Amino acid sequence: MELTYGHPKSLLPIQTKYCPGCGHGVIHRLITEVIDEMGVQDHSIILNPVGCSIWASLYFDFDSVQVPHGRTPAGATGVKRMKPDHLVICYQGDGDLAAIGTAEIVHAANRGEKFTTIFVNNAIYGMTGGQMAPTTLVGQKATTAPYGRDPIGAGMGYPIRVCEMLETLGGSKYLARGAVNNAANTRKTKQYIRKAFEAQMRGEGFTMVEILSQCPTNWGMEPVESVEWVESDMIPFYKLGEIKDELAGSANAVKEAGK
Amino acid sequence: MAEEKRLMKGNEAMGEAAVRAGCDAYFGYPITPQNELTAYMAKHMLDKKRTFIQAESEVAAINMVFGAGATGARVMTSSSSPGVSLKQEGISYACGADVPCVVINVSRSGPGLGGISPAQGDYFQSTRGGGHGDYYHIVLAPKSVQEAADLTYEAFDLADQWRMPAMVLADGMIGQMMEGVSFKPPKDPATRIAKPWAVGTSSNRPVNHVDSTHLDPDEFEAVNRARFERYAEMKKVLPRYEEHDIDDAELVLVAYGTSARVSYGAVQMARKLGIKAGLFRPITLWPFPEKRMGELADAGKKFLAVEMSMGQMVEDVRLYTHGKSEVFFYGRCGGNIPTEEAVLAEIQKILKK
Ligand SMILES: Cc1ncc(C[n+]2csc(CCOP(=O)(O)OP(=O)(O)O)c2C)c(N)n1
Ligand code: SF4
Ligand SMILES: [Mg+2]
Repeated sequence: MELTYGHPKSLLPIQTKYCPGCGHGVIHRLITEVIDEMGVQDHSIILNPVGCSIWASLYFDFDSVQVPHGRTPAGATGVKRMKPDHLVICYQGDGDLAAIGTAEIVHAANRGEKFTTIFVNNAIYGMTGGQMAPTTLVGQKATTAPYGRDPIGAGMGYPIRVCEMLETLGGSKYLARGAVNNAANTRKTKQYIRKAFEAQMRGEGFTMVEILSQCPTNWGMEPVESVEWVESDMIPFYKLGEIKDELAGSANAVKEAGK
Repeated sequence: MAEEKRLMKGNEAMGEAAVRAGCDAYFGYPITPQNELTAYMAKHMLDKKRTFIQAESEVAAINMVFGAGATGARVMTSSSSPGVSLKQEGISYACGADVPCVVINVSRSGPGLGGISPAQGDYFQSTRGGGHGDYYHIVLAPKSVQEAADLTYEAFDLADQWRMPAMVLADGMIGQMMEGVSFKPPKDPATRIAKPWAVGTSSNRPVNHVDSTHLDPDEFEAVNRARFERYAEMKKVLPRYEEHDIDDAELVLVAYGTSARVSYGAVQMARKLGIKAGLFRPITLWPFPEKRMGELADAGKKFLAVEMSMGQMVEDVRLYTHGKSEVFFYGRCGGNIPTEEAVLAEIQKILKK
C-alpha cells in the first residue's frame, strides 16, 4: 500500500509544548513538508525566536541558532552570509518582528538578505501571557489593552500591516500572507512557503511569508472559535495573497504564459 | 617573519591584523573614535570578497556576529563605549552559547553620550560580564599600535580556543595615534581549530543547536559550572602582564593602555630622582594577573593605580592584594589624560620624597 500522508521526516515525532489549537504547530508542519519535498533537510538552519516558538528547535530535525528577542533577522543575516548554500529560515512572532525587532527586519529586507522570514502573526504576545502586539486589532483586548486596543484615545496606535510596510523596499522580492485557519488557506500557505524557499535557494533576495495564526489561549477562545475569528476579524484587515512578487522565476512564468 | 614597519593609525592596524587573522566577516556601525577601523574593514574585506556589512545599529551588528560565529566563521565587530553598551545583550548571548568572536572597543569618555576623547571608564563593563547573567570573557588591553595589532591578531585564536568573545579594549588614544607597526603573515586557514559544534557544517552528524536556553535548572546549572571550570583553567594559563623596575620598587604603579604609557614615563622620571617606583601593566584585564598581584603584595609593596576613570581597575588591585597592601589611586576622566608630571607628583606625595 502506498503511503499518501505521513509525518514529515524533518519534524521530530514528539509532542509539542504548544497549546491545543495553536497555529505554530501547523506552521512547523508546513515548513517541514516543504523541506522534505525539496530534499534540503541536511542543508536547513532555523533561527527560532524568543516567543512561544523558542522551543521550535526541539521539534525540527536540523540545525538551529537562537538569538535575542527581535534580533532574528540580524542573526539570520550572519548565518546566511556565511552559508549561502543553506536554506535559512528566520522564524518570528509579531512582537519579535514588528515591535522590538522592527529595525532588524526592515534593514534585512532592504539589504535583500537571501533568507526567508516566516512571520507568525497571532495579533498577541503569546509567550508572555497576552499583551498587546503591534498587530493587535483595533478593539481587541489584551492584558495591556484591557479595554481593547484604542489607537487614539489611549494612544495605542494602529495594527501594522507588515507585508505592505516592507513592500516599498527594493530588497524585498517576495511577500505573501496566508493563514492556517482552514484546509484551503493552509494549503495555499504551503504554496507560498514553497515559492519563498525555492526563491531563496535561487538566491533571489528577501522573501517572507506572513501567516495569520491562532492563539486560542491568549485570545480567550476555544480552538474552533479562534479559527472562526481569524476569518471574521483578522482576514478582513490582513488581506491574504501575494502582496509582492518580483521573483525572476515568476517573471519568467508570466513571460512563458504570454508566449 | 615580521614584515617591514609601516606608519599606521591604531584603528587601521587593528583592521589589518583582523584581515590577516582570517576574519571571514565584519559587522559594524559608525562611531567615533573607531571609524577608521570600520572603513578599513569595508575596503579590505570587500576587496578580498569577504563579508562586510554596515549594520543598522550596534545591536544588529553584534547579532550578525552571533549568527555568523554560530556557523564557525571568524567574525568581528568594533565600536566605542556607547555602542559597546548596546552590544552587551548580544555578548551575553554569545557567552551563553559559547560562540567565539572578536569585539573591539575603542573606548571614549562617559557616562551617557560623553565625549569622543579617550577614557578607561569601561573597565567594569568589560571585565565583569557587561550584560546580564553569570559570565566573563577575555579582555586584552594594548598600550601601543603594535600591540593593538598583535592582540587583535591573536584574539581570533584565543576566542576559538576558549569558545567565547575576546574583547580588545583599546582607548581612543590607541585607536587614533599613528606609530610604526609590522604585521605577522596572514594565518593559514589550515591552522584553525575544528568547531564540531557549529551549524551548517555537515550532514553526517546529529543536529547542532547554538543557543543559550535551558529548560531544566539542574542541566542549566551544570552548563554554567562547566563554563566556570573553563574560566578557572584560563586564570591559570592566560594572564599576561609587563613589569618595569619592579624588584626594588617601594611603590608599584598599576596601569593599562594609555595610562600605562604615561605611568612608564613617570616611573622613569622618578628613578632619575632616585625614587623607587615601578610599573605593573596588566595586558589581560580578564583574566586579571591576580596571582602576580598577590605575590607583589606579599613582597610588601605599595600600589598606585593610575587610570583614565574615576577608579575602576583599582578595585581589582585592592581585591587581589587581599587587604595586605596600601593601595592608592590617581585618575583623570572626561577625556583627560594624566600627565607624567602629575603622576610623578602623586608618587612623590605617597612616598613623601
Ligand atoms: C529583550 C527581551 N525583552 C522581552 C522579553 C520577553 N518576551 C519574551 S517573548 C515576548 C513576546 C513574544 O511575542 P511574539 O513575538 O508575538 O511571539 P508569540 O509568543 O506570540 O509567538 C516577550 C516580550 C525577552 N525575552 N527579551
Ligand atoms: S500561548 Fe498562544 S501562541 Fe503560545 S502556544 Fe499557546 S496558543 Fe500558541
Ligand atoms: Mg505573537
